[in-house]
Amino acid sequence: MGKAFGAVAGVGAVASLVAMKKTWDPLPSVKAAGFTTLDMTIYPEGELITEKWRGKPIFVLKKTAAMIAKQTESQKARDIVVGDSHFMIAIGLCTHLGCIPAYIPADESFLCACHGGMFNWAGEVTKVPPPRAFDIPPFKIEGTSLVLGEVGPEFQAMKDSGITL
Amino acid sequence: MAHFTKATSVKDWLNQRLAIEKVEKVMASEYWIPKNINFLWAMGMVLAITFALLLVSGIFLLMYYQPDVKDAFYSVNFTIMRDVDYGWLWRHVHGVAASVVFLIIYIHMFTGIYYGSYKKGREMIWVSGMLLFVTFSAEAFSGYMLPWGQMSYWAGMVITNIFSLGGLHLDGLVEWIRGDYVPAQAFLTRFFMLHVLLLPLAIMGLIGLHFAALRIPHVNNQDGEEVDFDAEAKKYLAGDKAGSKVIRFANDFMSKDLMVVGFFLIFFFYLVFFQYGFALDPVNFDPADGLKTPAHIYPEWYFLWSYEILRPFSVNIGLLAFGFAQVIFVLLPWLDRSPNAVPASRRGAFSVWFWLLLIDMIVLTAMGKLPPEGMFSTIGLVAAVAFILLWVALPFITMNEKKV
Ligand code: HEM
Ligand code: FES
Repeated sequence: MGKAFGAVAGVGAVASLVAMKKTWDPLPSVKAAGFTTLDMTIYPEGELITEKWRGKPIFVLKKTAAMIAKQTESQKARDIVVGDSHFMIAIGLCTHLGCIPAYIPADESFLCACHGGMFNWAGEVTKVPPPRAFDIPPFKIEGTSLVLGEVGPEFQAMKDSGITL
Repeated sequence: MAHFTKATSVKDWLNQRLAIEKVEKVMASEYWIPKNINFLWAMGMVLAITFALLLVSGIFLLMYYQPDVKDAFYSVNFTIMRDVDYGWLWRHVHGVAASVVFLIIYIHMFTGIYYGSYKKGREMIWVSGMLLFVTFSAEAFSGYMLPWGQMSYWAGMVITNIFSLGGLHLDGLVEWIRGDYVPAQAFLTRFFMLHVLLLPLAIMGLIGLHFAALRIPHVNNQDGEEVDFDAEAKKYLAGDKAGSKVIRFANDFMSKDLMVVGFFLIFFFYLVFFQYGFALDPVNFDPADGLKTPAHIYPEWYFLWSYEILRPFSVNIGLLAFGFAQVIFVLLPWLDRSPNAVPASRRGAFSVWFWLLLIDMIVLTAMGKLPPEGMFSTIGLVAAVAFILLWVALPFITMNEKKV
């Protein structure tokens, strides 16, 4: 008797928990609103421009000739080439806890005010606590435009080699 | 069925149905309180009163607040602050009380630690108290989201990101908590629900548990003396009020409690009318902007010490240290291995431990407010490591304590 009661109550409890969990999930409308197209010909060299995708800031930095010349192997792997321009494109949220780091053009680096993390112009960490370089949003190159939210072969390659999450 | 007789008075009528005389004895006139205590024992009552102030001011704010990302900021900063008559009063009372309640909680906690009031049958008081601390923290955080200013948004972003648990990358969990990729409408409405319904309900239940846990062991006293409450109560009831070590909770002890509450309220309303600024962060007077982080993010003062434990380390170690700091206080009754439940001043090494912990937490609080650069980073790191070492050392320090 006790067991039967327990079983019925248990099923009910699990079912309610599932319903409660699902109610807290992001709504379909939130999930669907997800693509942004950027015209990559308009960006000035060496200046950080912030775009918006899924409510998040997206950093776009068109690299200067000097930056391209001094790129290391690991920096080259994060480089996004559209036409003959080179870009640093990343989700502009600190990989530590999500503040927006500020770009300091004089140092060509980013400083996160929240817990003091730092990144260089290529998006790599130069001072902890951030655990990894800036995340790169899913992108697809279409001529001289870039579609954020869609997975193109260049992004897939970066993901496979573990350059971004 | 029980036997009921024709009532001789309203009191008798109620007494037959609700046993009000018995309840009154158990909760008030024969709830015995030791005489040998000081004003620090009134902090519990001060907390109860402050919670009442939060509840009442909250109800009035709720009548004009709009939990909508487009309107929330204006409903607070324009409607409530400027249009509603005395709206500013409720907001100042609510903000100041939310800040001061933590000051009193910390005093209350450290009083408990100093006098050993978490031992010898008082463990459940301690545990329920720590649960109150955790729920109060969640209540304060969820309330901080509601004005939807810059600090609300970015505190919401940073704190919910903690749930990705660093190297575990639980981004799905973070998105589930928010109901979106970033804090947005779903986030605001659910934290609104938590702040005005679920968490206050939990707090009221926990206050009930906290009081119930205190009823059987009774409150401790300044010397950690084990009072024989039955014997002392007999003495008192036999007429030897001066010789007995106890007095009635109501009205006798309560009148003392309320005197301290009176002084507290004078101080409290002084803050509300003349010094409310400390409870309202200037950065939060800018509306939330997901594309701009304020130059310097810090939590309210009462979270600074644990925030500073998170900050100086790399992400995973920082989270472990932070998690440690959140739960370790609950385990105090078991980490303290000494049988002595007496004031810290008579416990040798433990006394040193007590003052070091207090000073360390003050240093952490100060460093948490300063920008994480140079010297401050270093002091913060040392204080964070010291906090962990102090707790690791506690069982060893107290194991060898002499029985007093
Ligand atoms: C809003 C939150 C709280 C309320 C309303 C509250 C209320 C009270 C009251 C009325 C008392 C009896 C009077 C006194 O000794 O001060 C008490 C005792 C106590 N509380 Fe709390 N409390 C709260 C939070 C806490 C917290 C966070 C802790 C720490 C973990 C705590 C630990 C204790 C202990 C150890 C005692 C026993 C003191 C003794 O026996 O001498 N309480 N509380
Ligand atoms: S969020 Fe950038 S360092 Fe913590």
